[in-house]
Amino acid sequence: MKNIFKIAYRNLLRNHRRTLLTASLITLGVVFVLVYTALSGSFKNYMIGQITDSSMGHIQIHKKGFVASVENLPLDKNLNGQSLEYIEKFLNNSKYIENYSYRIKFGGMFSNFTSTTNIRLNAINPDKEFITLPTLKDRVNNFSGKLEKGEIIVPDIISKGMEVKTGDTVVLVANNKTGSVNGINLKIAGEVERISGPGGRDGYIHIEDAKKVLRIKGVEVSEIVIRLKDVNMLEDAMKELNPILSKLNKKDKPAFEIHTWKQLSPFFNIVKMLDVMNISIQIILISIVLISILNVMIMSVYERIKEIGTIAAMGTPPKTIVKLFLMEGLLLGILGAVLGAILSILIVQGLDLMQITYSFGRESGLILEPVLALKDVFVVGVIVIIISLIASISPAIKASRLDPVEALRTN
Amino acid sequence: MIDVKNLKKIYKVGELDLTVIDDFSLTIGKGEFISLIGPSGSGKSTVLNMLGCLDTPTSGSLIINDQDISSLNKTQQANFRGEHIGFIFQSFNLIPVLTVYENIEYPLIMIQNLPEDERKKRIEKLLHEVGMYEQKDKTPDKISGGQMQRVAIARALVTNPKIVFADEPTANLDSATAHKIIELMKKIQKEHNTTFVFATHDEKIVAHVDRLITLVDGKIVEDKRIR
Repeated sequence: MKNIFKIAYRNLLRNHRRTLLTASLITLGVVFVLVYTALSGSFKNYMIGQITDSSMGHIQIHKKGFVASVENLPLDKNLNGQSLEYIEKFLNNSKYIENYSYRIKFGGMFSNFTSTTNIRLNAINPDKEFITLPTLKDRVNNFSGKLEKGEIIVPDIISKGMEVKTGDTVVLVANNKTGSVNGINLKIAGEVERISGPGGRDGYIHIEDAKKVLRIKGVEVSEIVIRLKDVNMLEDAMKELNPILSKLNKKDKPAFEIHTWKQLSPFFNIVKMLDVMNISIQIILISIVLISILNVMIMSVYERIKEIGTIAAMGTPPKTIVKLFLMEGLLLGILGAVLGAILSILIVQGLDLMQITYSFGRESGLILEPVLALKDVFVVGVIVIIISLIASISPAIKASRLDPVEALRTN
Repeated sequence: MIDVKNLKKIYKVGELDLTVIDDFSLTIGKGEFISLIGPSGSGKSTVLNMLGCLDTPTSGSLIINDQDISSLNKTQQANFRGEHIGFIFQSFNLIPVLTVYENIEYPLIMIQNLPEDERKKRIEKLLHEVGMYEQKDKTPDKISGGQMQRVAIARALVTNPKIVFADEPTANLDSATAHKIIELMKKIQKEHNTTFVFATHDEKIVAHVDRLITLVDGKIVEDKRIR
């Protein structure tokens, strides 16, 4: 094998310009795929991180039918104390769950004493919520870090529109589930920046204030937000929580519903689109490698027909001739893949250092932090090398099947 | 050594069957220095290719070293050539990316798979014999035509073949160099008792051979022993 490698290597050097050109083409393709993967991955991870860590959590549990009517923020589809006791048993015994938090979601009227607007709110237990959503605090401006009873975190879109700021007193008016109206004075504790996805423009108040304004007696929550130890455990955690659905309601249907962030957030469709684009770019790379290696190897066989005839006449078995040409294709693929990987790592590091900012929807000033996973480099490298080998098979077989007499006659 | 009986070779040209060799019978003994001569198209190269196991006869029997080679498949033919036969070509056919030493080494590593010390011993001995030891690290583009043919002879002999086939080995050489090459082959034939079979027009080779076989239209018209 060492000698086959040596001869293949020297054959590549024989036409070094063509070898470099082909390897450059493969390198370019590899760079294109890896840099795109790093950039789209950065965007994807940032958005997923923001959605799951500061708004939605990884999994949410509701009473059956809540998600379908979430736009109306129904108060008659809340989980009661008995239901929570049942679900908590599963949550507390889970090996995948890091934390969970209860929320009451409701809508109301927000007034600064001169004008009034609609507001959507999450009533939370601040201690539990800030652990379950560790970057929620980062979205809140002018915030002391604590949400006390009697305070409200206002969506920045409302604070700007209503010209209120942290420390101001406002009035919140809401209907309870029987339709009676109640109001409460609250002090603004901070202004929360909006993010993409459901609930991304909601304000926050203490759960005890919500109970007061909605006149809730006992325990009632709209949703349970769950944070996993690792977002990659999503499928396993869903399997583990599945028995929760075995509890049936009066209509003999599951009493609860469990959704992952992927099912709840429209951003997951963008993630899927990015993944499809990634696959498309990989297919383009495969085509580049396949065509360029096939082209070079076919040329290589035609240029060396007499030489192939000579080594065949000397007694080189057809199998060895196949190996010689496969090795050439393989070396070209490896050269392109290695150069491409090195160049991609350098470009990605450069982009990371440049701290490029971008906007997505109404969010601006997002910093691009591309990271190239070794797994991606490995996968792309292996794809390139396998395709190089596949592209070399046909020319190699053609070379091995040449008739030595005919080949020796060629000039 | 070589026993050929009623050899026939028919090529298909379009729908026509063209008989190139017909009823060709010949026996060649060990250590003979033979030349096939004849006008162009007489079938010299075709006979050489069939004797050299590069081409398969349409019919007839071809026995080399007590082995019937007329019915071998491609891989078996390749293995047989690698073990028993050496070739010298008109245009030397050295592998351009390998040095003189590596060109001679090629059949030993790619075909016979000999250990390195054994390879080195054989190659250095042959390099001295053909007078190319000093040039052993040069690539073919750095040596002359005569030197290339010396390397090709060494490459043909390195596997210790019983028979060497040479198709117009001096055609691309000047007269003085051709003489030296013929003398070198003659010397090797005597020292190694190797059979040399030439297909040539070259009078210089004809003047040195022990036996002259004249072909016309694919048939032997004269088989003359000179020495």
